[in-house]
Amino acid sequence: MGKNTRATWLWLVAGLVIVIVVVVLARPYWEPRFFPPTVTEIEKTLVYCSEGSPEGFNPSLYTSGTTFDASSRTLFNKLVEFERGTTKIVAALAESWEAADDGLSYTFKLRKGVKFHTTKNFTPSRDFNADDVLHSFNRQGDPAHPYYKVSGGTYEYYQGMSMPALIKEIVKVDDYTVKFVLNEPEAPFIANMAMDFASIMSAEHADKMMAAGTPEKADLEPVGTGPFQLVQYQKDAVIRYKAHPGYWDGKAAIDTLIFAITPDASVRYQKLKVGECHVMPYPNPADIDTIKANPDINVLEQEGLNVGYLAFNVERKPFDDKRVRQALNMAINKDAIIDAVFQGAGKAAKNPIPPTIWSYNDATKDYAYDPEAAKALLAEAGAAGLKTNIWAMPVQRPYNPNAKRMAEIIQADWAKIGVEAEIVTFEWGEYLKRSKNGEHDTVLLGWTGDNGDPDNFLYVLLGCDAAKDGTNRARWCHKPFNDLLVQAKRTSDIGERTALYEKAQLVFKEEAPWATIAHSVVFMPVRKEVSDYRIDPFGGHIFYGVGLK
Amino acid sequence: MGGEVPAHPALRPFPRQTLFRFFITRFGMVVPTFFGVTVVAFFLIRLIPGDPIELLVGERGIAPERHAYLLKEFGYDRPLWQQYLGFVHNLLNGDFGTSIVSREPVLSEFLTLFPATIELSFMALFFALAIGLPVGILAAVRRGTVFDHTVMGISLTGYSMPIFWWGLLLIILFSGTLGWTPVSGRISVLYYIEPTTGFMLIDSLLIDEPGAFKSALRHLILPTIVLGTIPLAVIARQTRSAMLEVLGEDYIRTAHAKGLAPMRIIGIHALRNALIPVITTIGLQTGVLLAGAILTETIFAWPGVGNWLINSIYRRDYPSVQGGILLVACIVITVNLLVDLAYGLINPRIRHAGKS
Amino acid sequence: MTEDTVNGISAPPHPLREFWSYFSENRGAVAGLAVIVTIVLMAVFADFIAPYSPIEQYREHLLRPPFWEEGGSLAFPLGTDAVGRDMLSRLIHGARYSLLIGLIVVTLSLSTGIALGLVAAFLRGPVETLIMRAMDIMLALPSLLLAIVVVAILGPSLINAMFSLAIVYLPHYVRLTRASAIGEMSRDYVTASRVAGAGVARLMLITVLPNCAAPLIVQATLSFSSAILDAAALGFLGLGAQPPTPEWGTLLAEAREFVLRAWWVVTFPGLAILVTVLAFNLMGDGLRDALDPKLKR
Repeated sequence: MGKNTRATWLWLVAGLVIVIVVVVLARPYWEPRFFPPTVTEIEKTLVYCSEGSPEGFNPSLYTSGTTFDASSRTLFNKLVEFERGTTKIVAALAESWEAADDGLSYTFKLRKGVKFHTTKNFTPSRDFNADDVLHSFNRQGDPAHPYYKVSGGTYEYYQGMSMPALIKEIVKVDDYTVKFVLNEPEAPFIANMAMDFASIMSAEHADKMMAAGTPEKADLEPVGTGPFQLVQYQKDAVIRYKAHPGYWDGKAAIDTLIFAITPDASVRYQKLKVGECHVMPYPNPADIDTIKANPDINVLEQEGLNVGYLAFNVERKPFDDKRVRQALNMAINKDAIIDAVFQGAGKAAKNPIPPTIWSYNDATKDYAYDPEAAKALLAEAGAAGLKTNIWAMPVQRPYNPNAKRMAEIIQADWAKIGVEAEIVTFEWGEYLKRSKNGEHDTVLLGWTGDNGDPDNFLYVLLGCDAAKDGTNRARWCHKPFNDLLVQAKRTSDIGERTALYEKAQLVFKEEAPWATIAHSVVFMPVRKEVSDYRIDPFGGHIFYGVGLK
Repeated sequence: MGGEVPAHPALRPFPRQTLFRFFITRFGMVVPTFFGVTVVAFFLIRLIPGDPIELLVGERGIAPERHAYLLKEFGYDRPLWQQYLGFVHNLLNGDFGTSIVSREPVLSEFLTLFPATIELSFMALFFALAIGLPVGILAAVRRGTVFDHTVMGISLTGYSMPIFWWGLLLIILFSGTLGWTPVSGRISVLYYIEPTTGFMLIDSLLIDEPGAFKSALRHLILPTIVLGTIPLAVIARQTRSAMLEVLGEDYIRTAHAKGLAPMRIIGIHALRNALIPVITTIGLQTGVLLAGAILTETIFAWPGVGNWLINSIYRRDYPSVQGGILLVACIVITVNLLVDLAYGLINPRIRHAGKS
Repeated sequence: MTEDTVNGISAPPHPLREFWSYFSENRGAVAGLAVIVTIVLMAVFADFIAPYSPIEQYREHLLRPPFWEEGGSLAFPLGTDAVGRDMLSRLIHGARYSLLIGLIVVTLSLSTGIALGLVAAFLRGPVETLIMRAMDIMLALPSLLLAIVVVAILGPSLINAMFSLAIVYLPHYVRLTRASAIGEMSRDYVTASRVAGAGVARLMLITVLPNCAAPLIVQATLSFSSAILDAAALGFLGLGAQPPTPEWGTLLAEAREFVLRAWWVVTFPGLAILVTVLAFNLMGDGLRDALDPKLKR
């Protein structure tokens, strides 16, 4: 008996002792205000409370902004890039480029003396050159490339931008000249080259990993030319970068960059407030007034490069009748949506492209909120007492912070004109798939621009090709509209393209395949000590050029 | 009632044979359960509508041919039974598969995240025991007093607590309004910690930064309280009722009659017997803890398995989900087995059951 | 102890009164019962009690605080939510869903559980092994995880959430029924009944089952409260009832973004869940004490 009893007693005593120790240890913290320790004052460390874990560190394999923030926007460069804070294309790894007169080829002169990262397991023996460009693109486009199937080979952006059909071949003219030969002229090509999937990776590192029999390490331990290099990644917790000392455009102003992964928006704000991080993305729209009132925090804002819409399935009755679509447009009270869903962090949309994009047609007249007229028009179309559904996405997107709430408002608005709508939702993948198959009556969705070209909205979302493959959720193929878009694709004259797109927007409004709902306003709460943070119009979060006071 | 002879281990020869048989039977039950779990894990995730490739591309969409090509590349075009056999075959070779999303081996992802869950669960259990046991004992000894009623009232409230809501309230109060505790995470991100053991409390001691351990400890406070609330309530109540039952037994009365010191009676005679059902309860709490960990990890952005599993389910990351569910189930099975064994060792009734 | 088990078979009014006298001794249990009765009444007469419709949006009154706060008014005693719906009305109507969830989940899992448990107890052999191993497998998965997976399969909705919880709770009932049935079957009265020529169905349902009722009733009350909690957790994760259904967990999920700005949309649904669950647990305690012969002395 003795042994057991003693054990029990020990247990109890140990428990008590530990409770006391914990209490004593925790005592200093009962005094209010908590600030994180400053480990080394000399090093400038910027902490960014990111919204989620990146899927991986090779941007060409993924399509999410979270992944791009952690990879292409920190670790890598592209041949050309968007100037920070704008949609203007500037030189990056290519010093200059020129298009052939027929628009069928583009020649890039590469920058010399660009250094790759030196990591724990890799020391580059040479500077960046044409081989790296060829490697980065052929890996995605050439099924015979040894890396084509590594890490699953899901080059969905490369595919999605129709690069396989567009690029005929990529020629290494010399070590510092690369020529892209195209199958047909494509005006947005240069803009595509600035996109995340076009990030340039080290061919030497890849070859070395292949030789070592661990090709997947090329993706898991990325080596790029970017302003930061990866030090540590702890899934769902933290990503740690340090400034790339040999960066071609000058070493970053901060020494260490940390992504503290914090999925919940309220929690992110709490962390920002107490100084656990310096910059946070995607604040709750509801909190913006509170955040703005905080003297330690600046709230930057900019209209996002996106559009949220409600698409009517024109293949289904009675949505094939444009009067019905117009009537339902008129019945939606957008102001109520901006207030309740966006909490003011949005702007009612009248065009399918956001105002920050060139060729935005400000002359378009939106359907005014008018339930009476809507009711009359609906009756005229013989669709009074319509029963339908509204599909609402299960996820938060930049263009729609709360689709379910938006659907509830539309539902209530439509009820006022005698339209009874049921709110339907599915799991996100299922939602995308089913809406692509056209199983909906009306569906809420949206789009964030990839490259700042109007084609990237209009043709991708409303073109006839898109109606066939389903990205055009309205399944609306309208010849006069489509012709305008195709014509605009063929010319590289901006003035001419602008005129065509402006006209297309008027056609769109008259036909009303969508109810355009809103463009969100991007808010970026940033602590006062952060200098020169600029909102990226593409929704990215870029820290090169940002400083700490 | 009261027919049971009080256990006195010193008077009993240790019945190795029956215990061995008991162990074998229990273990024999584990193997089919394990295979059952592989079936469940494999087929359940495939029953969920939507597929990982659709989710990967989002609004952008994907051409049907390309979609079919990728399915083939990932091996999801084969008949299900072939995929299942492949899965089991790989499992037997120790291969849990590779995540579709991160392209990392599932086992290594699990192992990097698991210590966080263990650390949190262990702290929560510890918190629950450290408070629940003494409080439960005291409540039993002072049955019917104001103290007893208060404790039972509070513990029942804790037991009824929607913990996701509780977590939010605590964050608002302690982190937001008062600023006493950090908001989320395992340690201040400013400390550069190489995961040596994966347990932040230990790893933080291994680096040469005096504040690191405190930081890790402080990050644990709120999640521990949130996750520990229900086990605390359960343990306090269980301890109390077990103690009450034991205190009513004849041998305790005898001990009292013999004039033994009350502390001695409670501490030695009563507690030892009362601990038996409590241990079972603790064992049963593992499942509860792991389920609670899912919610707690979501609220506190705690980088553990619960969080990871939920995200993998949302992303239809088949290998991660089936591997993860399997690993979690293995842990629950193992803990239950251990509890059963411990129970068998302690409880004379079970120990002798094998004889009949 | 033996006396009341024997009496339990013929169930005259007397044991009920005895039960009530034990039950009413426990003040907590009575309080719990009172709260439950109130909530049930609220749910039944929600249409008459609630000042507004739970889904009517008052667009000019977004996020009004409760009446005692500045800016609040008695027109919306507990304030309004993000689209201007009256919180009080939503909470009152929400009671319906929570009670419905508890009722349906318990009924489904209790009836299926009893059936499977009795079958396992009576047939023994391979059938028993099959059933019990299946239950072991289900128990090896953390309950919430299993529920999430099942809801994901069926699609997020209130009905599916209830269904998935019923599945998750099943093993407890099966195990409990089997264990108590096996315990009862070795009793003399069962043997007597068998000798007297009672068929298996009669033995199962009329002879044995009523004597297993006590633990099952206790378990049922307890899982009533777990069902409300777990359904709220599913709602919180976006997998339960879908808006605009005013289910409490869903209310909480919708309110999460207002944690800092509008405490009332977060606090009240949580409180409602807590109070209801607490009431059921209090009553469950009382029931157990009243039904459990051990503590009757």
